[in-house]
Amino acid sequence: MKAINKLWILVLLLTVPAMAFASEAGVHLDKAPVDLKNTASLQRGAILFASRCLACHSASYMRYNRLLDIGMTEGQIKKDLELPEDSKLSSTMQAVMDANSAKLAFGIAPPDLSVIARSRSADWLYTYMRTFYVDNNRSSGWNNTTFPDVGMPFVLADLQGKQVLRVENKKGHEIKKLVLESLGSMCTAGYSMCTAGYDATIADLTNYLVFMSDPSKMVRYDLGYIVLGFLFVLLVLVYALKKEVWKDIR
Amino acid sequence: MNRLKNLIGWIDARFPLISTFKAHASEYYAPKNFNFWYFFGGLALLVLIIQILSGIFLTMNYKPDALFAFASVEYIMRDVHWGWLLRYIHSTGASMFFVVIYLHMFRGLMYGSYRKPRELLWIIGMIIYLALMGEAFMGYLLPWGQMSFWGAQVIVNLFSSVPFIGSDLAVLIRGDYVVSDITLNRFFALHVIAIPLVLILIIGAHLVALHEVGSNNPDGIEIKKYKDTNGNPLDGIPFFPYMVVKDGVAAIAFLMIFCAIIFFAPDMGGYFLEYNNFVQANPMKTPEHIAPVWYFTPYYAILRAVPPIFGSQFPGVAAMGVATVIFFFLPWLDRGKVKSIRYRGPIYKTFLTLFVISFVGLGWLGLMPSTPTYTVISRILAVVYFAFFLLMPWYTRIDKCKPEPDRVTSK
Repeated sequence: MKAINKLWILVLLLTVPAMAFASEAGVHLDKAPVDLKNTASLQRGAILFASRCLACHSASYMRYNRLLDIGMTEGQIKKDLELPEDSKLSSTMQAVMDANSAKLAFGIAPPDLSVIARSRSADWLYTYMRTFYVDNNRSSGWNNTTFPDVGMPFVLADLQGKQVLRVENKKGHEIKKLVLESLGSMCTAGYSMCTAGYDATIADLTNYLVFMSDPSKMVRYDLGYIVLGFLFVLLVLVYALKKEVWKDIR
Repeated sequence: MNRLKNLIGWIDARFPLISTFKAHASEYYAPKNFNFWYFFGGLALLVLIIQILSGIFLTMNYKPDALFAFASVEYIMRDVHWGWLLRYIHSTGASMFFVVIYLHMFRGLMYGSYRKPRELLWIIGMIIYLALMGEAFMGYLLPWGQMSFWGAQVIVNLFSSVPFIGSDLAVLIRGDYVVSDITLNRFFALHVIAIPLVLILIIGAHLVALHEVGSNNPDGIEIKKYKDTNGNPLDGIPFFPYMVVKDGVAAIAFLMIFCAIIFFAPDMGGYFLEYNNFVQANPMKTPEHIAPVWYFTPYYAILRAVPPIFGSQFPGVAAMGVATVIFFFLPWLDRGKVKSIRYRGPIYKTFLTLFVISFVGLGWLGLMPSTPTYTVISRILAVVYFAFFLLMPWYTRIDKCKPEPDRVTSK
């Protein structure tokens, strides 16, 4: 009787979510190769972020000196990130463009990127920055398959090149495909190297955005093992104490 | 040693130190057959202490102001020493509080802990549960993210569907016509002082009531029936040191799970910290999908399952209210001859299983956007949920129970 009850619970608990997943559909996201131990990648991402993103976006909860956490020196931060004259190392990252002119230019104020990796997810960012395509119907001249009708123009086009959207009709199904039409500067050795090189660059940038969204990640995993190790030792000791205290019961 | 004795003597002459310790610890007898399910009351107390301590330190750095709240949380996460740890402890604690409380309540359902003479103990416990829901709801507004804002907006709007007084009631709760800075301020006040005070008071009452009637146990029989020559229950053992060390083991094991979440997965895949809550609240931009935090979703699913009548949401709101309050009546709905699931018949076991399925299923559906299929499933599960309570007087009476043992058994 008991076993049958448990089996029923299991079957029902498993089928309810399964029914739901069957009816879900969304944009396909590529898996972002996030690796916070790779400080070289994080540093490349930080430099790209400062040179390309900070023109319009802020990261107003992120301080420049937080980059010490990913192995940069104060000198490197000042030099490689081209720290603005009036900024100190303890300053937060502010956009070069002020919010009002940005709103006039793009129709919407570019969002702050401090915690964007938490609200959007790393996979989304990694996919989004690789799915811009030329669209002359948009005022910016660009569109994006991950974020349709996005206000942002593709500021990394010189690196990736220009993609166009090809729609093929296969057995009544529309299949949308992005195709590189002209090659960007990351293409040193032909077509395949181009995608690989650009993908790796975006992986660095995504990696950095993940770090920036929660800098505690740099310490809390290692710390977690120490805490759990300590608690485990404590568990053994307290369990031994319990055994000792309880040995005269029954 | 003599000095310590003198000190204790000095205190004892002025304060009932030894007698209180004896009455509530070293000579308070608890059933010796407690199993896994009896850890959760103590663990709830542990989480309460964790929440109060981490909350005090968060309050030192948080700013209850619509302009600064979101930024101050990020300030805690980045610039306050160990701030991220405090914040993750508190956010994980909120969810774990409900995990522990739900298991604690389920224990009560399994072993009939609400039955005579523990009716008041159960009712006080239910008041704690309602207060805790209020505490969690108000606390969730404080980070001032999109989910904080819109979750609060949706829930407070529910009150405006109450006939006649609804809209005034909603304004009274918000202090404004929409959720605003004023709402944030009063929720902060209620979250950090008013409700915690009430909680501590009624948790105290819960313990006093418990120690008056004594704990139930997995066999659902009264250990006070058989006593030794000193008048102590034969099947009981002193709370101190036996239960203290046993609960200590459970506490450390629990802390290991707690810390694993804090250090490795504080978002818990978007269930403990919703992704959309890392976007600052924007009253002009309604998110596509608003879901409350997981511990409220069974009731939220019931709310959505009930169709509006004459365009009024009130029936759904009422159903949601009844779904929470109906627990209060359990002591009188249950007419079974035995308390514990061990000696209940197959009918009660079936109903309890169905109830668990409906509760978990509704909780899951409450997280999902509503679709026609989901609405149908929600309605079926909501009927099952209420059937568990409303049919209880009937099915517990006709159920074939097994005879209870005289003394507690060990399994």
